[in-house]
Amino acid sequence: MSTALPSKASVNETLAPRAPFDRVLLLVVPATLFMLLLFIYPFIYGLVLSFEPKEGGWLANYRTFFTTDNLWPTIGTTLKLALPATLINVGIALPIAYKMRVKSRWQRWITTLLVVPITLGTVLIAEGMLTYFGPKGWLSQFLQLTHLYDGAIRLTHNYWGVLISLIISGFPFAFLLILSYVTGIDPVLARAASTLGADSKAQFRHIYLPLLAPGLAMCFCLAFVQAFSVFPSAVLLGAPAGPTRVISIAAYEAAFEQYDYSLASAIAMIMGFVQLVIVAFVLSLRSWFYKGPVSGGKG
Amino acid sequence: MKHDFSELRLERVTRRFAGSGGNIFNALSELSLTIRRGEFIALLGPSGCGKSTALNCIAGLLPLSGGMIRLDDTRIDTLPPERRGFGMVFQNYALFPHMSVVKNVGFGLRMRGVSTSEIAPRVEKAMRLVQLTGQEHKLPGQLSGGQQQRVAIARAIVIEPPLILMDEPLSNLDAKLRLETRSEIRRIHRELGRATVYVTHDQDEALSLADRIVVMKDGVVQQIASPQEVYAQPANLHVARFMGYRNVLHLDVAEDRGDRVTVTAPDIKLTGVRKAPINGTRASVAIRPEEMTIVTAPAVENVIAGRVENVEYGGRDSLVDVVTPKGTVLHVRAPVNVAMGAQVLVQVPPERVLVYPQEAGNA
Repeated sequence: MSTALPSKASVNETLAPRAPFDRVLLLVVPATLFMLLLFIYPFIYGLVLSFEPKEGGWLANYRTFFTTDNLWPTIGTTLKLALPATLINVGIALPIAYKMRVKSRWQRWITTLLVVPITLGTVLIAEGMLTYFGPKGWLSQFLQLTHLYDGAIRLTHNYWGVLISLIISGFPFAFLLILSYVTGIDPVLARAASTLGADSKAQFRHIYLPLLAPGLAMCFCLAFVQAFSVFPSAVLLGAPAGPTRVISIAAYEAAFEQYDYSLASAIAMIMGFVQLVIVAFVLSLRSWFYKGPVSGGKG
Repeated sequence: MKHDFSELRLERVTRRFAGSGGNIFNALSELSLTIRRGEFIALLGPSGCGKSTALNCIAGLLPLSGGMIRLDDTRIDTLPPERRGFGMVFQNYALFPHMSVVKNVGFGLRMRGVSTSEIAPRVEKAMRLVQLTGQEHKLPGQLSGGQQQRVAIARAIVIEPPLILMDEPLSNLDAKLRLETRSEIRRIHRELGRATVYVTHDQDEALSLADRIVVMKDGVVQQIASPQEVYAQPANLHVARFMGYRNVLHLDVAEDRGDRVTVTAPDIKLTGVRKAPINGTRASVAIRPEEMTIVTAPAVENVIAGRVENVEYGGRDSLVDVVTPKGTVLHVRAPVNVAMGAQVLVQVPPERVLVYPQEAGNA
């Protein structure tokens, strides 16, 4: 069509009769209040607070963060934990969820088993890991008893302890999310591909993977945000003074050991900003993929 | 994978499923059929009769529980679908939603490692065959149902399969498009010159498309014959009912001589053609509504008196329910001017009254 279409707004103005007020809309009021009071207000309060340092100009807190040697490296420390943990979780969850897409006798049991860790708190997982992976833990005793490995095993109170804990607690989440994406794809598509000559590898590569890509990106973002705010396991299973001094520990110390709420707010803002950058980057990759419905036609 | 063949033989192909409560039921029992090159075969039956199971067994999407499938001298029932190389059109089309129309159509060729320079002209040829040029770069979601159907057909035929399998391909289209696409499918089948196996529950589709019809019920083949034969000489009562013999009456056998049988009820006396040996004193007759006529003068034989109880207007004629004094309902095609409540005489020629043995369960 060569004639310019009227803009959406003017169509609405000219065609839509003014609708009477719909009282059902009032149902959103409690949720809006909830968001305003418990999310928007604290966030803005924190943002403003972060620009009101105890001393110095309005950017002093941010200057402090990026010039103090035990503060700015926490970004890197946290990323070094959160990114591998997320990649491993999504990477392991994808093939397992793909295998679990077909209903079988074992499917329910395996799914249940894989999801159990989500019901355990991080503290419980940390306790269990200390008993199992510790220097005198079961794993170490077993390996030394059977002489499979005689060296010292250090999987707690360091980087690896926190990473393992993040994988244990984050995996069920990634698995459930990907499983729901995988089972949402019409299996007839794979069958159609097979009649056209695609073996199971090609079916995964050409049908499932492209249709799953947006979901995987979403899953990565959610799992990453979860892992990035790691705190209890970094303290209980890590070395909170050194290699696992993550950004949330820095914020906690500023707030509850130095009682500098302003600096703590600034650290929290920086933490949020880093998450936002990663999430925005990953979601921007989604524009490369097909994002429409994942069924193969009508009905 | 072959592109051509002379015959595909199904030998006692059986497929069992585990039903509820651990029961095992036969979705398909010992289907034996030889499909020759160039043939159009329709698998016809009500839903749940095993026709789609049969198709999926041929395609390789379901493993057989028994029997064998051979393509000429090669046994193929042990091969996975991707190595059988049959083209399949699915009921809901199963187009890849993330691929453009050309990518969808070219998928099978890419999987076969055909070079890019060769794919383009072959896709273009297939698109011309289904008359879908100009839509190449759209996504399936941007096409209408009829266009999606054409893409699905193009995708199945572009690989030049020896056999094309179609699973109720027209059931999602509206009535007008269904008629158009039906003749398209027949034309494409003719132009390709290979074989087509077409699953449908619509007897009109089967009659108009097929060279041979396989009528099925509860996983068992009832009749394999030409459309003309299935239409006029149904092998049994199930087939007769399915082919539009809406009047099925259970009557007493009065006389059984030659190929003619006379059957009676207190208010009915009919002579018809015996279609199978009749044991016992009861028999069932099947008559099409359009074979019965409303007559004014009493004729010699096969006349039944009754009252018009219901009239369904149908344009050229009406479908009329005539009820006999004892309450038997006859469905009759009648001129549009028949009035409700009128006393009428219904006549049917003896050669159009088909007499079958009594069905079990209808004493």
